[in-house]
Amino acid sequence: METVTTDSPRNVHIDMGARKPNARPSGEPVFEVADLAVYYGPFRAIRDVSMSIAQHQITALIGPSGCGKTTMLRCFNRMNDLIETARVEGSVRYHGADLYDKRVDPVEVRRRIGMVFQKPNPFPKSIYDNIAFGPKVAGFKGDLDDVVEESLQKAALWDEVRNRLKESAMGLSGGQQQRLCIARCIAVRPDVILMDEPCSALDPIATGRIEDLMQNLKDEFTIVVVTHNMQQAARVSDMTAFFTAEVNEEQDRRTGVLVEYDKTEQMFTNPSDERTENYVTGRFG
Amino acid sequence: MAIAAKGPRTSDVVAQQLRGRSTDVKGIIFQAALLFALLLSLLILLVLIADVARGGLGVFQERGGEFLRGRLTVVSPTTAGVGQGIVGSLLLLIFVVLMAFPVGVAAAIYLEEYASDTRFNRFIDVNIRNLAGVPSIVYGLLGLVIFVQVLAPLTGGKTVMAGGLTLAILVLPIVIITSMEALRAVPDSIREAGFGVGATRWEVIRSHVLPAAAPGILTGTVLSISRAIGETAPLLVVGATTGLLATGGRGFFESFREGYTALPVVVFRWTSLPNEDFRALTSAAIIVLLIMTLSANAIAIILRNRYERKW
Ligand SMILES: Nc1ncnc2c1ncn2[C@@H]1O[C@H](COP(=O)(O)OP(=O)(O)OP(=O)(O)O)[C@@H](O)[C@H]1O
Ligand SMILES: [Mg+2]
Repeated sequence: METVTTDSPRNVHIDMGARKPNARPSGEPVFEVADLAVYYGPFRAIRDVSMSIAQHQITALIGPSGCGKTTMLRCFNRMNDLIETARVEGSVRYHGADLYDKRVDPVEVRRRIGMVFQKPNPFPKSIYDNIAFGPKVAGFKGDLDDVVEESLQKAALWDEVRNRLKESAMGLSGGQQQRLCIARCIAVRPDVILMDEPCSALDPIATGRIEDLMQNLKDEFTIVVVTHNMQQAARVSDMTAFFTAEVNEEQDRRTGVLVEYDKTEQMFTNPSDERTENYVTGRFG
Repeated sequence: MAIAAKGPRTSDVVAQQLRGRSTDVKGIIFQAALLFALLLSLLILLVLIADVARGGLGVFQERGGEFLRGRLTVVSPTTAGVGQGIVGSLLLLIFVVLMAFPVGVAAAIYLEEYASDTRFNRFIDVNIRNLAGVPSIVYGLLGLVIFVQVLAPLTGGKTVMAGGLTLAILVLPIVIITSMEALRAVPDSIREAGFGVGATRWEVIRSHVLPAAAPGILTGTVLSISRAIGETAPLLVVGATTGLLATGGRGFFESFREGYTALPVVVFRWTSLPNEDFRALTSAAIIVLLIMTLSANAIAIILRNRYERKW
C-alpha cells in the first residue's frame, strides 16, 4: 500500500479512483485498513479505502449523506456482521491483528471497540440498567453504582438524571438519550470508541460538553467520530478523512470512496483535493 | 403598501383556504360501512349470549354449585353436571401450557434470532403458517395415531396426556407465529445496542429482546390457550369420554393417565341428546365454557398491559 507523508509533495490533480495521498498519522496505529470494500448484497457501498488510525487521537470521518461513513465505521467493530446482506472485502487490522480472521470472536471485538449509534438506542429499561448491562456481561465484579455514576458524569448527564436512575430511559429527551448511549459505551471501558454523529440531536451546550468529553477521553481511548458538522470536525479531531459518493456506472448508484485523509488542520486550511475543498467550504454536499 | 390594503385581508384568505372541503361524501360512506360491520358483529354476539343466558341461567338458580360439581351423564338430567368437564379442561390446559409454550417460544427464537435467511428456513416459516390453518380434526387424527396408539405405553391410551399433547401440537404453530411476530417487532437498534457493548447473542436475547417481546408472546400464548379450551373435534377423535366417566380418588399426576372429558365435549354430547331437559344444561355448560374462555382472554389483556413497553 502506498502511503505518503504530509510533507511529501501534495497531489493536486483530480484523478478519480486512483490512490489519494493518504497521510499516515503519527503515533502507533490502532487500525490499519487496506483496500476495503463493503457490499450490501450486490450493491457496493464503499470501495478502495485504505487508511490508518492512530492511538489516542480523534479521527473524524466527514462527507455527504450516503457516502458510506456509517458503513465504514461499522467495519471497525464487526457490526456489519449483523446485517445479513453485508460483506466486507479487504483487510482491517487492529493493533496488527486481522479483525476479519475466522478465529476472531466478534463479541470480543465489540468489548474492546465500543460504539455510539447515529440514532439514540437506549434499552427500554431503567437508566441505571442501561449502563450496568455492559459491565455485567463483561464480568465486572466491582461496585456497579460507581461505574454508573462515573460514566454518567463523564457523559455530562449525571446532574440531570441522578434522582431518576430507576426510571425508564425511554422517558429521556433525544439529546439525553444520546448522552446515555455515550455513557453506556464508556462504562465498559473500551479501547476504542466509535461515534456515529453523537451530537446530531444535541443543543450547542451539550455538544460543547460532549466535545470536551472527547478531548478528555482521548488520553484513555482512541476515538473515531462521524460528523456532519464541519466546525466540530475542525474543533475536536486530529485527523480528518473525507469520503464522497461516486457514480457507479454498472449499478446506477453511488459508491463511497475516500477522497482525502490528512491532519485536520491541513484538510481545513489547505486540502489537496478540490472536492475536499468544496465540501469543507460548504460549496458541495 | 397601498396595494395590499385594496385586496382581501391576508388572514381572511388564509382562513378561507384552511377551511377545506365542507363535505367528504366518500369518507362518510366509508365510515358508515365500518360502523355497520362493527354493529352487525356485536349484534350477532349479543343475540348469541342472550339466547344462551335465557336457556342456561335457570340451571344455576336451581342447582348452583351442584351443577358445577356434577358428573357427566346422559341419562339423568337432574344429577348431570360439568364438574368432570371443568377438571378435564383444566388438566388439558396445564398440558398445553407446559408443552406448547416452551417449545413454541424456543422455536420462534431460533427462527427469528438465529436462523439465517436461507431458502430452507423460509420454507419452514411458510409451512408453520400453513400448519396454523390445518383443520383441527386433522390434528385429532394425528394425535390418535401418535399419542393414543404408537405412544400408548407412555400416555396410557385415551388419556389426558394424549389429549393434552394433541391440543399442544394443535396450538403450537399459533404460539410460534405470534411469538415470532412479537420478536420481529423489537427494533433491531436494541439488538445493536446490546451487541455494541459486547454482549453475546444469547445475552442480548435474554436481557433485551425477550423482555421487550414478552407482552406479545404472552398475549399470543394465552389466546392460543383459549382456542385450545374450545376445541372439540380433535378431542372426540383422541377419545375424550362422552359417557359415564369414573375418575378421581387418585393423585394429581396419576390423573394425567386416566380417561377424561372436557367442557366442549360435554356441550357437544348434551346437544345431541333428544331429551328436552338437557337443552338447559347445554346452555349452562356453554356459559361455563364462555366464562373460561373470557377469563383466558382477560388474563392475556392484563399481562399485555402489565408488561407493555415503549421504545
Ligand atoms: N443495511 C443496508 N442495506 C443496504 N444498503 C445499505 C444499508 N445500510 C446502508 N446502505 C447503503 O449504503 C450506502 C452508505 O450508507 P451509510 O449509512 O454508510 O451512509 P452515511 O455516510 O452514514 O450517510 P448519513 O450521513 O446519511 O448517515 C447508502 O447508499 C445506503 O443506502
Ligand atoms: Mg450514517
